[in-house]
Amino acid sequence: MELTFFLQQMINGVALGSLYGLIAIGYTMVYGIIRLINFAHGDVMMMGCYFAYFGILMFSLPWWASFAVALLLTAALGVLMDKGAYLPVRNAPRISALITAIGVSFLLENLGLVVFGGRPKGFETPDMFNEVYEVAGLMFPALVLWTPLLTLAILGIILLIIYRTKTGRAMRCISHDMETTKLMGVDVNRIISITFAVGSAAAAAGGIMWAMRYPEINPLMGIIPGFKAFVAAVLGGIGNITGAMLGGLLLGIAEILLVALMPELAGYRDAVAFGLLILILLFRPTGLMGTKLPD
Amino acid sequence: MDPNHLRNQILSIAGTVVLLALLYVANTQGSDYTIRILNNIAIFIILAVSYNLINGVTGQFSLAPNAFVAIGSYTSALLTLTPMEKEISFIIEPCIWPLSVITLPFIVSLVAAGVVAALLALLMGFPVFRTRGDYLAIVTLGFGEVVRVIANNTQSITNGPLGLKGIADFTNIWWAWGFAIITVFLIGRMIRSSYGMAMKAVKFDQAAAEAVGINTYWHKMLAFTTSAFFQGVGGGLLAHLITTISPVLFTFFLTFNLLIIIVAGGLGSTTGAIIAAILFTWGGEALRFVEEPMDLGFIDIPGIPGMRMVIFSVILVLIMIFARQGLMGTREFNWNWVCRKLGIGGRS
Amino acid sequence: MALLTVEHLTMKFGGLVAVNDFDLALEKNEIVGLIGPNGAGKTTVFNMIAGYYTPTEGAIRFQGSSIAGQKANRITKAGIARTFQNIRLFSELSVIENVMIGYHCRIRSTFLGATLRFPLYRREEKMMVEGAMNLLREVGLEDVAREMSTSLPYGKQRRLEIARALATGPQLLLLDEPAAGMNANETQDLLQLILKLRKDYNLTVFLIEHDMKFVMEICERLKVLDYGTTIAEGTPHEIQNNPRVIEAYLGEVQRA
Repeated sequence: MELTFFLQQMINGVALGSLYGLIAIGYTMVYGIIRLINFAHGDVMMMGCYFAYFGILMFSLPWWASFAVALLLTAALGVLMDKGAYLPVRNAPRISALITAIGVSFLLENLGLVVFGGRPKGFETPDMFNEVYEVAGLMFPALVLWTPLLTLAILGIILLIIYRTKTGRAMRCISHDMETTKLMGVDVNRIISITFAVGSAAAAAGGIMWAMRYPEINPLMGIIPGFKAFVAAVLGGIGNITGAMLGGLLLGIAEILLVALMPELAGYRDAVAFGLLILILLFRPTGLMGTKLPD
Repeated sequence: MDPNHLRNQILSIAGTVVLLALLYVANTQGSDYTIRILNNIAIFIILAVSYNLINGVTGQFSLAPNAFVAIGSYTSALLTLTPMEKEISFIIEPCIWPLSVITLPFIVSLVAAGVVAALLALLMGFPVFRTRGDYLAIVTLGFGEVVRVIANNTQSITNGPLGLKGIADFTNIWWAWGFAIITVFLIGRMIRSSYGMAMKAVKFDQAAAEAVGINTYWHKMLAFTTSAFFQGVGGGLLAHLITTISPVLFTFFLTFNLLIIIVAGGLGSTTGAIIAAILFTWGGEALRFVEEPMDLGFIDIPGIPGMRMVIFSVILVLIMIFARQGLMGTREFNWNWVCRKLGIGGRS
Repeated sequence: MALLTVEHLTMKFGGLVAVNDFDLALEKNEIVGLIGPNGAGKTTVFNMIAGYYTPTEGAIRFQGSSIAGQKANRITKAGIARTFQNIRLFSELSVIENVMIGYHCRIRSTFLGATLRFPLYRREEKMMVEGAMNLLREVGLEDVAREMSTSLPYGKQRRLEIARALATGPQLLLLDEPAAGMNANETQDLLQLILKLRKDYNLTVFLIEHDMKFVMEICERLKVLDYGTTIAEGTPHEIQNNPRVIEAYLGEVQRA
């Protein structure tokens, strides 16, 4: 195999993996703090795409403004979801919360079908992402280069929030011991809502880049990347944000390489993530980064 | 144990006879539409009651019933299709030997569907039951997706995305309800036996279950494979009812429908699962109008596909928030209760 | 030969040594107590014997065969039954079902036989019901057999848990704080009950308890743990006068 081909595929894998990673951050933050697999996270990502789409199309916003508004709206959706559906079942058995999350997921998907229609919509990619660069004989669509860079920037911002702000410290405390944190006078529900907001915004960012990659959106587009991002979060050790990013990269590269090296297995691409998940839980149930799984 | 045991048994048999009589009337007098809904109800009862065994009774939150229904559907369909029909269907790649040449009776294909699904569950169980709670949910979900991806790609076995067409419409009201009654009877018996008690113990407190000598792993496996067996049979019945199957039928969407049923019925209650299966199937039909175009005289509302699922999703979330016990909680129907309510005294 | 021998039993959680080099030999029909301040590692010892933890080091032999690290249900089947410090009944099962379930691990019917109610299962079910009723009578709960287990008052729940443990047919019974939360009368009844059960079922009893009056009265031998280490053993009389034991307990008072 040629080196250039390999490099090309690696870069593709990194781009795809960054997206998984970005979406995985939301899963891992929410799970880390309230031990809930937010099933609807992929659908939140889908909503982010539609917000951006309508921003550009209906309100004729410049793309960057539309994206910014989409991030804010998706963050608000995350908060709404937390307050409306998850807060009422916070003290219920964890399985009840999971069922609620599955319900919210289907609600968003079908609401999407009802409101936006089932037909995929073309997503307009800003020109600057459509250019193709040539570096040392390799061709790069601008998007493939921008994706990892933007992802790193977002990861950096989130890490800053978590390790350098008071809110972030409260998040870390809650994930350690919610009851005690409550006793310390922290408004736990507010912090949890902020967590949802941050995670949802990151998912929206991932989703928008996803939409530009393909470039179309539909109400069920969040399901598969959502599942895969969850696997990425588990790979990286759930609750661990950097781990989620690494898990995403690993998954993205594995998928792209499978398709590139064994094209006859391309149809099994979507099974790779779950194959990895099952293997991980069998042989290294704490994830690659080694955070302990709960019982 | 129960002094009214004999009376209750007679009542149960009488109840079954009445049910069969009603089905006979429906089958001869009812419209095709009514019969179709009745068939659907029976199949959903089979699927929901068996799903409840692993999720409700044993407390292991599996999200893989779609995988077992899929396996059952394909197995039985491939076994009843004639070699010629297979040759016509498999246009991209021919069907592999020996599937390409065998044709078996419907009943054999249904049993085979159950057995193959149970074997798959046995294989899955080894990794799956190393995990618990929401991780178990995700791993089973993963298996469900993997099965669907495989069905999509093994062209020479499943005919890939094209699916199987021209499956004989063997499933009628007697097959469907016959198996529904058998499923409810057998699973109900199992739950009432000490094996069922042990399964409940696993759900309530795994450590305490081990302390009384229950092999928790094995009992989870037992519930899982039994559940898969009946889901496989249900899948076989489904395939011979709708006569065309393809991988898109068996997505997580199917699991979601079953989940709504057992949650609404009350996780752990077979009675609840039956009632909810009836309500869901009937309600799904009754709600069909919300997706059809409406002309209210002054305003035209175009059809909105997906509206029913919006309603069902909202119902699921509301149940979780306001009525976590569902219709029945973990209670079961019993004749003693009915007789007491009707004022017919029994010995106590 | 001793019924249960434990040698050099050690349990480490990360860097923390919860139990260090614990030895024990239980003779048939003995009642032996394990005491010590809170957090001394008593329940950890129980959890290792009963199969809930795999010891970091050491050997556990029951009737001559090694059981260290075996699964809890295997150990129960081998003849060691336990109760829990915080009562763990099956909340949605009735009182009698809670006891019947103890017999389940010994029935010979397969799940098919049980589902189809073959004659063997019918006989075994009858045996389970009668056995459970007998045990309930023995612990004084026969009149509440059909009630839900969680509706029972605390003291009765403790007795029910003992009945459930007995249903598994043990030779060795591990009781984790059986008298916790009981008043003086209840404790006295419990004491008589344990003595009677030992006689009727030919039991060996190993128990953890904080109620010193109870322990001193019922146990023939005692072992004292402090910070995971055995600091004393002997008859109740010897223990009462052992300066290290007094210090450990007084230390606890001062620490608290």
